[in-house]
Amino acid sequence: MIDVDKIRTQFPLLHQKVNSKDLVYFDNAASTQKPQVVIDALNHYYSNDNANIHRGVHYLSQLATDKFEDTRNTVQGFINAKNSCEIIFTKGTTDSINLVANGYRSLLKKGDEIIISEMEHHSNIVPWQMCVDISGATLKVIPLLDNGDLDIAAFEDLLSKKTKLVSITHISNALGTINPIEELIALTHKVGAKILIDGAQATPHTLVNVQEMNADYYCFSAHKMYGPTGVGILYGKETLLNELPPYQGGGEMIKEVSFEKTIYADLPHKFEAGTPNIAGVIAFKAALDFITNLGIENIAKHEDQLVQYATEQLSIISGIQFIGEAKKRAALVSFNIEGLHPYDIGILLDKMGVAIRTGHHCAQPIMERYNVPGTVRMSFGIYNTKEEIDICITAIKKAQTMLA
Amino acid sequence: METIAAIQAEIVEEFDMFEDWMGKYEYIIELGKTLPMIDKKYKIDENLIKGCQSRVWLHTQHNNGIITYTADSDAIITKGIVAILIRVLSNQKAGEIAIANLAFIDEIGLKEQLSQTRANGLVFMIKEMKLYALGYQNK
Repeated sequence: MIDVDKIRTQFPLLHQKVNSKDLVYFDNAASTQKPQVVIDALNHYYSNDNANIHRGVHYLSQLATDKFEDTRNTVQGFINAKNSCEIIFTKGTTDSINLVANGYRSLLKKGDEIIISEMEHHSNIVPWQMCVDISGATLKVIPLLDNGDLDIAAFEDLLSKKTKLVSITHISNALGTINPIEELIALTHKVGAKILIDGAQATPHTLVNVQEMNADYYCFSAHKMYGPTGVGILYGKETLLNELPPYQGGGEMIKEVSFEKTIYADLPHKFEAGTPNIAGVIAFKAALDFITNLGIENIAKHEDQLVQYATEQLSIISGIQFIGEAKKRAALVSFNIEGLHPYDIGILLDKMGVAIRTGHHCAQPIMERYNVPGTVRMSFGIYNTKEEIDICITAIKKAQTMLA
Repeated sequence: METIAAIQAEIVEEFDMFEDWMGKYEYIIELGKTLPMIDKKYKIDENLIKGCQSRVWLHTQHNNGIITYTADSDAIITKGIVAILIRVLSNQKAGEIAIANLAFIDEIGLKEQLSQTRANGLVFMIKEMKLYALGYQNK
């Protein structure tokens, strides 16, 4: 069992007033708060270990390099990658997807197809639009069923020999839908295509085993996992990453440079040009250890209880319309209230100290699909409680009265 | 014609009567509900100021150097604030609108409504209102 009260004491930010009310933070799908161990790790790095990595022969450079690489090994273990060179550090999930999409510009040609889905975040749409614009390939979109599940039959129809890559989210940030990722991967591999999985919403809530699920690429962000901002991961199978052209050129990513010919470095450095977010990467290890110590299955269990409780309590509100009622959902509830604009609800809830997300959640095609201007989204983390849901529900009712 | 500064002072005085945020927002919501703002034929895409979350339509007319604004929004709080902006800037001389200092927004505690993250189209609306006035003035 998880002791939420004890966990809350480890998050200094949570203990503050917003608009003279105790903060209720329900915007975890956008970014989670940071435990003291992560803040301490950042602080410790800048106070004691700061130096550039992978180049200096001096003590501090070695120390920083060792710690940086230590996080790579921890990430490898966390998602069960085969080799640590398959773990690439990026700025975030968006950056990871762009890295792959950029590489595919020269790997694809006219007649090739990329498949994404209707539930994707803009960061898993726009890089592929840019990719097909340049490569001449075609972008296909898997539609959603009314309940927010993917239309698997339609996906099977879209798949063909022309399909070169499928890029799809593990868990939807706007609907909470958990996609049947193993099934999607198996279907993709059947036609000989590769698959990239946007795991930004999944890694904070579910166990991810890239070898077992047989993912080709898997992307996620540290800041949604109680870690620092500006750190992301791209996992890729070694053979695929070796075939993928480098994204950015610069220092660190080269073996030899001359004006006639430059030889790129081996993995993972080939994709890590320039000085990375060293402090952030090192502190990310503290966040991963924090999650591992609690047990991801315990975190998921706690959050499932919150989703269930929130859904029950919201159901009582008159005019409630849930957006996305997929069979399997994680860590968030997305809804509207009849006659009210999500923006108005968000403003009034903020006045009552409740931080929720309103709007299109950077997933405009989904909003179009459901014909709504946006939704109100409550998304949960390990430190949230049922009492906070009660406060939020009371605030929603008050907002409803004010706006009626 | 009341000056822009005089109208702003009135609004600041009205908002001073409210002791807490609730009163203030109830008043804004009231303004948003009661004001018929824009002729339906002007609620078109060309007049749409796209914000991230709430949408604002702005229609502008001019007559002998006097500019009239009508507007609408799909969110009620945005609509209320739009109503306040129109009360201040509509039916004024183009030259006055172009140089208007809108410090009252801060004074009535609505500065947050104009912050970047709100992305409610209001920042762009003010910009559009002033640009139109400036453009007309320079004709």
